[in-house]
Amino acid sequence: MGEDSESPKINHSFLRDYVTEADVISTVEFNQTGDLLATGDKGGRVVIFHRETESKIESEELGESGEYNVYSTFQSHEPDFDYLKSLEIEEKINKIRWLPQQNAAHFLLSTNDKTIKLWKVSERDKRPEGYNLKDEEGRIKDISTVTSLQVPVLKPTDLMVEVRPRRIFANGHTYHVNSISVNSDGETYLSADDLRINMWHLDITDRSFNIVDIKPANMEDLTEVITAAEFHPQHCHLFVYSSSKGTLRLCDMRESALCDKHSKIFEEPEDPGNRSFFSEIISSVSDVKFSHSGRYLLTRDYLTVKVWDLNMEKGPVETYQVHEYLRGKLCSLYENDCIFDKFECVWNSTDSVIMTGAYNSFFRMFDRETGRGVTLEAWRESSKPRAVLRTRRVYTGGRRRRGDVGVDSLDFSKKILHMAWHPAENIIAIAATNNLYIFQDRVNAENQ
Amino acid sequence: MFSKGTKRKFSDSDEETSDENLVGARVASSYSLQRQSLLDMSLIKLQLCHMLVEPNLCRSVLIANTVRQIQEEMTHDGSWHMVAEAFCSAGQSPSERLVATEVLCRSREQDAEPKLFSVISYEGCREEEVVADETLCSVSVSDTVSNVCLTGRMGQCWEKSELRGVERDEEVLEDSSLGSGEDDELDTEDEASTESPKTIGQVFGTFEIKNSSPGPDSALEELFSDVDTSYYDLDTMLTGIQSAPKMGPYDLLDSLAPSHSSPSIVSTPNCRSDLNELDHIMEIIVGS
Repeated sequence: MGEDSESPKINHSFLRDYVTEADVISTVEFNQTGDLLATGDKGGRVVIFHRETESKIESEELGESGEYNVYSTFQSHEPDFDYLKSLEIEEKINKIRWLPQQNAAHFLLSTNDKTIKLWKVSERDKRPEGYNLKDEEGRIKDISTVTSLQVPVLKPTDLMVEVRPRRIFANGHTYHVNSISVNSDGETYLSADDLRINMWHLDITDRSFNIVDIKPANMEDLTEVITAAEFHPQHCHLFVYSSSKGTLRLCDMRESALCDKHSKIFEEPEDPGNRSFFSEIISSVSDVKFSHSGRYLLTRDYLTVKVWDLNMEKGPVETYQVHEYLRGKLCSLYENDCIFDKFECVWNSTDSVIMTGAYNSFFRMFDRETGRGVTLEAWRESSKPRAVLRTRRVYTGGRRRRGDVGVDSLDFSKKILHMAWHPAENIIAIAATNNLYIFQDRVNAENQ
Repeated sequence: MFSKGTKRKFSDSDEETSDENLVGARVASSYSLQRQSLLDMSLIKLQLCHMLVEPNLCRSVLIANTVRQIQEEMTHDGSWHMVAEAFCSAGQSPSERLVATEVLCRSREQDAEPKLFSVISYEGCREEEVVADETLCSVSVSDTVSNVCLTGRMGQCWEKSELRGVERDEEVLEDSSLGSGEDDELDTEDEASTESPKTIGQVFGTFEIKNSSPGPDSALEELFSDVDTSYYDLDTMLTGIQSAPKMGPYDLLDSLAPSHSSPSIVSTPNCRSDLNELDHIMEIIVGS
């Protein structure tokens, strides 16, 4: 990467991209109370944000909720190298999941392609002072100078956040880990890669239990991979996993030790009218989420989000078009690989609104009760802090309004892949490349 | 895209049949061209998606399924054998390629581990992360080229014709016709659809390398006998792979390209000349 002063025309833009590539956010997750927000990036770092409690902020009088400020930053995974295969292992954080809080400390699981780590996040805001044998700097005192005994006391200090790795769950996966999910039993979690799903106990790192294995005996028969997996929010024996063919499989661990055979399979018959060479690719499910109630599933494929009822396997109960205008551009999107982008989807706290990302820094929210969708934009240039987001529109025909964006003007490099919704309030966190946007519902805030 | 004149030049096969095929090809609709373009693009994607980091398996599987789907459709259309002809290299006899397969398969026999899907380069062949070209290997040992023809299944022939173009390429996606004499059978065989899925599966590059056992398809192994097997030595793979570009795919791409540009004789690839091929391939991709 040397710079040649005699060749000023060298294009350094890739350098710039390289520098910021590590900052690209790859996962976002609120904890169970919503006070903590964790983000992972491609450089293997985790940044935890903490919501300021309202009593500390004067602006609370204005009806605003607490703001999120950086709480802690740490390097979770380092770049690794598999010497046996001569391949690099990316340090990119694929997923972060918080454990339910049991004591003063917080625990989270973070994973890259191969290794899952359990981190303990704890605060220290007091320290003992007044030792007899050591002075304030920690140097041993000369005993002859000690004339009386004192009892050390705890004095408040500046808040210090300590993050320590507590468990490292390694060597459990041959393929790339795409999902982790903590069980409602609070003791186990699952990790899923392209072909297998393992169940771990949080305290045991040297072994895991394989619960799903779809690797065919003959690799030539491989036509389907696992794309996402999640435990049921209440039933500790149920989990679901999605595939690249657009199917969802609900498995019951009580049925058998190896859950290759699903209890229920959810798939929608293909629409013959829309069939193309890309039909299978766009049907691949990129994310699956149980509703908070545990009754519904939310899935995201390339062009739609779908809500499924666990009681009905033959098809989704609701389908929302995220960016149907891209259907005619599938060939170009295949060429530039955008068709393989994996968008996430999320429920709101009451399961009444669902949200997912799109291109051009747009993200979409759908109100399940009315069936209406709205497009919003996560882009600094077009919104000031505390300004109300205005809705956007992609022009697909008819009367063109001011502010509409044409399909050909969409920036496919600005993709909103990762997002999270606060578990109780209408606060959302949107990851846009290397920026994190946090939006709050103004109306609700005023009423609080 | 289809340069009919080029095809004619390439065709070693029965003149009558070729003429008929070419006449049919002349009325290739834009759909066929688009489909061909999609196929080319998919093959390129499969070949180039493997760099220093392990390839994204989901993406590879989806692309491979797309190729399979295109191939199935083209097989139904009967247009696959024309593509296969494009792979025919004037300078190379089928038997040479058949032998290459066998050697290729043998060199990997020791690895009983099933290989993962990695369509592109053989360097994928690390433990589970590697795809071995099924067609290369599964077709195993057959003594004569004629055995291949005698199977008479369209899908089979498609598979073989693919293999021809692939050579050392782990990509199973090619179909290569075995050249003269078989086009009759290819033409007459129309119910390959029932066979296609199986042969497609065989062809598909994700597969384990099987022990080369004699079988009806075994002649195909000989297709690749001229492969420089040193490339597949473990040391070479582990040390040479990172620097040496992938081999094989370029043959396919060269084979693909000629129908669009000037015919290029696919000479016996030398693994060591991959750097040149890498430049060539990058040019194609970058479009410079």
